[in-house]
Amino acid sequence: MSRKTKLSQYDKNMIDVLAEPTREEASALLKHKTYAKEERLYEDMSELGRGRRRFMSGIAAAGAAAAAAGTLGSASAKAEKLSVPEWSKSMGRPIDPKVYGLPSKYEGHYKRNRTDVYVNKQNFSDWSMTPIQHQKGIVTPNGVIFERHHAGIADIDPDKHRLVIHGMVKRPMVYTMDALMRYPSVSRFHFLECSGNGLTDWLKPLSKTVQQTHGLLSCSQWTGIPISWLLDEVGMSKDAKWILFEGADGSGHARSIPISKAMGEGMLVFGSGGEMLRPENGYPLRAFFPGWEGNTCVKWLRRIKVSDKPWHLRSETARYTDPMPGGKWRQFSMEMECKSVIANPSGGMQLKGPGDYTIQGFAWSGRGSIKAVDVTTDGGKTWRAAEVEGPVMDKCMTQFRYNWKWDGAPTKIASRAVDSTGYVQPTVEDLKKARYIAGFVQHHNGIFPWSVSANGEVKNAIA
Amino acid sequence: MQSLKLAVIAAIAIGFGGSAQADLKPSSGFGKPITQAELSAWDIDISTSDGVGLPSGSGTVAQGAKIFAEKCATCHGEGAKGGTQFGQMFGGLDSMTTPKRKLNPSSMFPYAPILFDYTKRAMPMDAPQSLTNNEVYALSGYIYSLSGLVPKNATIDAKYLSNMKMPNRNGFISDDRPDAKAVRCLSKCN
Repeated sequence: MSRKTKLSQYDKNMIDVLAEPTREEASALLKHKTYAKEERLYEDMSELGRGRRRFMSGIAAAGAAAAAAGTLGSASAKAEKLSVPEWSKSMGRPIDPKVYGLPSKYEGHYKRNRTDVYVNKQNFSDWSMTPIQHQKGIVTPNGVIFERHHAGIADIDPDKHRLVIHGMVKRPMVYTMDALMRYPSVSRFHFLECSGNGLTDWLKPLSKTVQQTHGLLSCSQWTGIPISWLLDEVGMSKDAKWILFEGADGSGHARSIPISKAMGEGMLVFGSGGEMLRPENGYPLRAFFPGWEGNTCVKWLRRIKVSDKPWHLRSETARYTDPMPGGKWRQFSMEMECKSVIANPSGGMQLKGPGDYTIQGFAWSGRGSIKAVDVTTDGGKTWRAAEVEGPVMDKCMTQFRYNWKWDGAPTKIASRAVDSTGYVQPTVEDLKKARYIAGFVQHHNGIFPWSVSANGEVKNAIA
Repeated sequence: MQSLKLAVIAAIAIGFGGSAQADLKPSSGFGKPITQAELSAWDIDISTSDGVGLPSGSGTVAQGAKIFAEKCATCHGEGAKGGTQFGQMFGGLDSMTTPKRKLNPSSMFPYAPILFDYTKRAMPMDAPQSLTNNEVYALSGYIYSLSGLVPKNATIDAKYLSNMKMPNRNGFISDDRPDAKAVRCLSKCN
């Protein structure tokens, strides 16, 4: 994003429409801390040999470009005269004796949205989506972690909650929350993604925003205890192979989990993002299987039962299975494969004319960490490595950025992630060669393009 | 010297962090032993492939039709044809190889007891776990009868459900991913 580069037609156009700055404005601008950059721009302007007027205009253009790069904000041609605002001339709000702080009232747009592309007729077995286009960094605030419930949000008294472990074990046990929290806790950063993330947008662009296409995705630091500690405590039979995890909500949602995953990375989670889980995320206790579909991370966990075979419940036969060619269904497809998406700019946004923009997005993989993210800004002809921001963690949302100078021509932009196993995020076309994609299908990890029109409109371009 | 100390501390911290889980495991647990009798009210799951866990009791298709009309039709519609909340619950047994696969208990479930397990734990949506075992057997028979999997005069019990052969019994394959073969092309890609 060098300002030494030749001025674009856009910059030249801007110069011609700008008014003469007043002496006061000129003075204020010259004192601005980015003076050095503006001076370089002045050099560029000098090459054009168009005098003082263009010098001042150039400063405004630099400001506009910077604003556009950061926030896709307005390219205001001319700075306003600064006045001292009210909040600088008064005392602020006093400190409350006890309070749970809330976001600024100006951030009211940062909301989880109930699904509105696939609209359920009721909102108990339903889902809501995280606005990842507004997320700062890799941690999703607890208040906007996506939801998927099968019988509404259970409101559980932690003192009355119990976890039972039984089945093919030597010593069946019951645990209170107090008992579970006596164990030394462990905290790990991981993404959580619903297997249905993207299900409306395989072949046709039904969704408008990235919240609708990719918002069944969140990331937090999860706190709890390894499931293996408790399974060791109850002493599993040597024939044990599968373990049932069952919720205490009205749906009694349950999934069969292979013993290797439960004894490996499986966690019993009671905390996320620095506090106890929110009710909608399973308070006071949920299962967590890093990298596996959210559906396996059973919320409001009440029971763990050990067996030598899977249960084949409704949620692992008629639901949460993937249609395959020849009338078949892929079952127990629980790993979430490597995926990425551009969050800014994304569907529903508007670029304010040609110039410098930072493409920003997220990548994640249920099989490991992110090795690289490539970005295309020419509709997939060429791809260049984006900057992947650390810490790059195992099965965790990872942020990438890529500086792009948009020339104003219509194009398509997209990202493509590669994970630590070497797996390259496929296109929908690649996935269609192996699977049967018709209707609303789970496990969509395809490359997701956004189109940019000549007027800067950004749209879903999946098909 | 100071930086060396820091480096050593950092190395220890990293080493410890890598194996923290094993190191922190307590030598004894905090669970309380519980008997099968004490946990029986919660032990509701059915091992659907062999029917283990199906309780005693039975119900007829005719009884199921009556119970359905009283407790299920509000959301699922009269005769399970689809209602205010959810779609049709029968038919489509041959739809799996067509472009519009029909998903319902008869067409999808590989094992008949899945319907018992789900209905008992989760239905009706506004009063889960309120149905008796006899009612759930009756409803299971009624729902499967609508697709012709059970005769209209049948009495359903644990043995009946365990022995039913479901049309989609062999419809499932195990996870064979990664299945997409994408390459990391960088230039002249399309």
